[in-house]
Amino acid sequence: MEEKQNFQTSLDFNQNIFKPSTREEIVEIVKNCYKKSVPLEISGLQSKNKIGRNFQAEKTLDLSNYKGIIDYKPEELYIKVKAGTPISEIEEALKKNNQQLAFEPNDFGYLFSGESNSGSIGGVVACNFAGSRRFKVGSVRDHLLGFQGVNGKGETIKSGGTVVKNVTGYDLCKILSGSFGTLTILTEISIKVLPKPETSKTLIIKNPHVKKALNYLGQSLSSSTDPSGGVFYPDYFGKNFILNDLTHDGGLTGVRIEGPMNSVDQRIDRLSKELDLIDNEFSVLDSVQTEIFWNKTKNLEVFKNSKSNLIRIVVPISETLQVIQKLKKDDLNYFIDWGGSLIWMAFDHLNSKILSEIKEITKIHQGYYTLIKIEDDFKASADIFTIDPIKYKISEKIKKSFDPKRIFNPGKMYTGI
Amino acid sequence: MSSLQMPKVDSSILSKKDKIVSDIGRIINPKNVLSHPDELRPFETDGLTAYRQMPLVVVMPETVKEVSNILKYCNDNKVKVVPRGAGTGLSGGSLPLEDCVLMAMGKFNKILEIDYENRCVVTQPCVTNLAITHAVQDKGFYYAPDPSSQIACSIGGNVAENSGGVHSLKYGATTNNLLGIEVVLMDGTITKFGGKAMDSEGYDFLGLMTGSEGLLGVITEVTVKILKSPEIVKAALIGFPTIEDAGNCVAEIIAEGCIPAGMEIMDKALTKATNDYSKAGYPTDAEAMMIVEFDGTEHEVEAYIEKAKQIAEKNNSSSLKVSKSNEERLKFWAGRKAAFPACGVLAPDYMCMDGSIPRGKLAEVLREITRLSKKYDLPVANAFHAGDGNLHPLIMFDANDKNSLKKCEDFGADILKYCVKVGGALTGEHGVGIEKRELMCEAFNDKDIQQQLTIKVALDPNSLLNPGKVYPILRKCAEEGRVHVHGGKTKFPDIPRF
Repeated sequence: MEEKQNFQTSLDFNQNIFKPSTREEIVEIVKNCYKKSVPLEISGLQSKNKIGRNFQAEKTLDLSNYKGIIDYKPEELYIKVKAGTPISEIEEALKKNNQQLAFEPNDFGYLFSGESNSGSIGGVVACNFAGSRRFKVGSVRDHLLGFQGVNGKGETIKSGGTVVKNVTGYDLCKILSGSFGTLTILTEISIKVLPKPETSKTLIIKNPHVKKALNYLGQSLSSSTDPSGGVFYPDYFGKNFILNDLTHDGGLTGVRIEGPMNSVDQRIDRLSKELDLIDNEFSVLDSVQTEIFWNKTKNLEVFKNSKSNLIRIVVPISETLQVIQKLKKDDLNYFIDWGGSLIWMAFDHLNSKILSEIKEITKIHQGYYTLIKIEDDFKASADIFTIDPIKYKISEKIKKSFDPKRIFNPGKMYTGI
Repeated sequence: MSSLQMPKVDSSILSKKDKIVSDIGRIINPKNVLSHPDELRPFETDGLTAYRQMPLVVVMPETVKEVSNILKYCNDNKVKVVPRGAGTGLSGGSLPLEDCVLMAMGKFNKILEIDYENRCVVTQPCVTNLAITHAVQDKGFYYAPDPSSQIACSIGGNVAENSGGVHSLKYGATTNNLLGIEVVLMDGTITKFGGKAMDSEGYDFLGLMTGSEGLLGVITEVTVKILKSPEIVKAALIGFPTIEDAGNCVAEIIAEGCIPAGMEIMDKALTKATNDYSKAGYPTDAEAMMIVEFDGTEHEVEAYIEKAKQIAEKNNSSSLKVSKSNEERLKFWAGRKAAFPACGVLAPDYMCMDGSIPRGKLAEVLREITRLSKKYDLPVANAFHAGDGNLHPLIMFDANDKNSLKKCEDFGADILKYCVKVGGALTGEHGVGIEKRELMCEAFNDKDIQQQLTIKVALDPNSLLNPGKVYPILRKCAEEGRVHVHGGKTKFPDIPRF
């Protein structure tokens, strides 16, 4: 639909926080801000708003009222929602049809506020942080089928659709996923949904050693048993998991297998043999305990109420051990997800020296980091995201093509973007 | 060549041909610069053979540095560049322009690294899709996206077009199986997006480049993820008395939580044609025939096949056969994969369309295609990647009859417009290229297209890289050519198309 040029609403532009409930209001707000070059902070349900650099915004665009399911077609495997729709509401609707968001969005609520807040779908797409199934089903960006949004000039744009196969024009779904609200305000989001597996079980291997754990994970992911999750928790985190079938409280490696009942049993059995495990070395969690275990992982619950700084490091699996060994300090706690390639690292103390060391090490090992939680004093001067100069230059150009006056979350990702 | 409008030819570039040839001959080995008409002829078209145009010059760089220097030279001298991989694309994405340098990437044909620990392969872009699987299959791995032309199409071309395949329902298209690329931008900048680690820092340029049809950069290296081959693969061949029954069966299989590796439907016309051609043992009396394939561990596949059987029976299936061996499974597919040549027997010419629709609209869209077939008085046969809603109608006509060709093109455009109308897309896997360029306004409004063009301008301000493709030059929804096959002879008759 073409935009009406002079659409008028009863919005009061003197207020500092806008809470639009229609797209027309969003368009009007953005057009106004564009005209007057007023920077806007784009906000959803405040679950991840602390991630990113500090920046100055005169006004806030709060999308929490712009919510609701527009269209859900279980047999077509998609749900179309307004951007402010809570993840919990979407998951509730999907559950009724035995479906799910397969990318398992992280719930950062425990980390930042001590209680669940899985945020809104707009925020989840904007941050592109996927949970444990990442290596099997892809990231959030792989599940975004289409969107409608408002660019920095207040123009309504769209890309993609609701069908999985669509190669019509540039794939803007990808560039907007993980852009932290710096390019376009998402208004409507069509996201791929998938059936919930009939059952799932988790092979838990008692093992405190990271090197051995990475071997287990590597072997599991390269086997034909098709795992959908692989984590390692060192000794100090073992006690966080109190489950009936978990017979010890030390370090553990967990591998999740999902699918039809018979097949899951067969694969768990085969995997334990392929990994050469002896009976008292492992236990198997049933589907209820499996759900609890992986929810705790997805929710980063081992860091609940922690005062530490938290860094998310992604490297190729072959590099994980070296990265951990090089960064290992007395005050460091970590666990490994994504079958070995995602490290969640908590530092009690972080300063620019340690951070540049982390930056250097992740770069040498072909990876990158994102500062998720960081003490306020240090935040202003720290690089929250890594980038190289060439990509920075390209990012500047792309930013300009969507948001020429830099009014959306200016500086949230990088200075000048 | 039909009357498709391409960007205005720059006559000053044409007159400087000799200088351009000698200049580029100083950047790369002069033997890799082709300028004689006899040398240029093989590059005049790609898989969309209805359109032909000789380029000004063909260059065949051997290193990324050479690619960068050529692009920089062309950028500085305002020379248009059209990149080309294996030249198998079906939408005309690498159709040359009269005043262009055609950059043929054929010399980038080596696999650089096989990394089992990180389950990925780093390769040059002109390695074929199938060669990647061949390189890793002895260790039990494979590369999942399998466009029908995988024996010949290049992985770089797959990235440029975001190619799909029969198995993309379960395993995704190219974009979902990529880890990283090295790209050279029009100004000569060499950069890498992604790598061996999953996702990447900052904006997802890897995702933006994938499927950008050679308009944003030239791909010089590709890192793809490889998967462990499934332990077992089984297929069921199911006949249905009506298209509706088949469509309902697809929807229910999906709703039940079974995601097949592949799910194909053919209508009666195509079932009969392919069965006559390949003796695949298809139920020729059925109005619709489905091949549904599951892969995984033995118990898993058995469970899914059993569920699919029950759902098929509930939806009035008239026949049902489950493959008992891998040979039998491949026989099921043999007919489906012979869809193109089988149609070549039925009519002197046919055009293959490529639209995407919601699965649930299958019956409705096929009814509309039947209505249009009567309206235009041209026979049509339908193949359908039912799992992911990708429809390939094959319209039969006689190119010697000008009226017939025009009718065929109108018919094809009407089908694609209908796909968009029911909530689908203009193209599921062949790309827009020049073929569907003028139909873009069916799917997007001016602002949508303007936003995309702004991105293009940001990375290529003079619009020199593959201009005239994807985005309409004229503001009209004209009907252009499609994949046109005459006398059963495609450009590459030995490449499977399905």
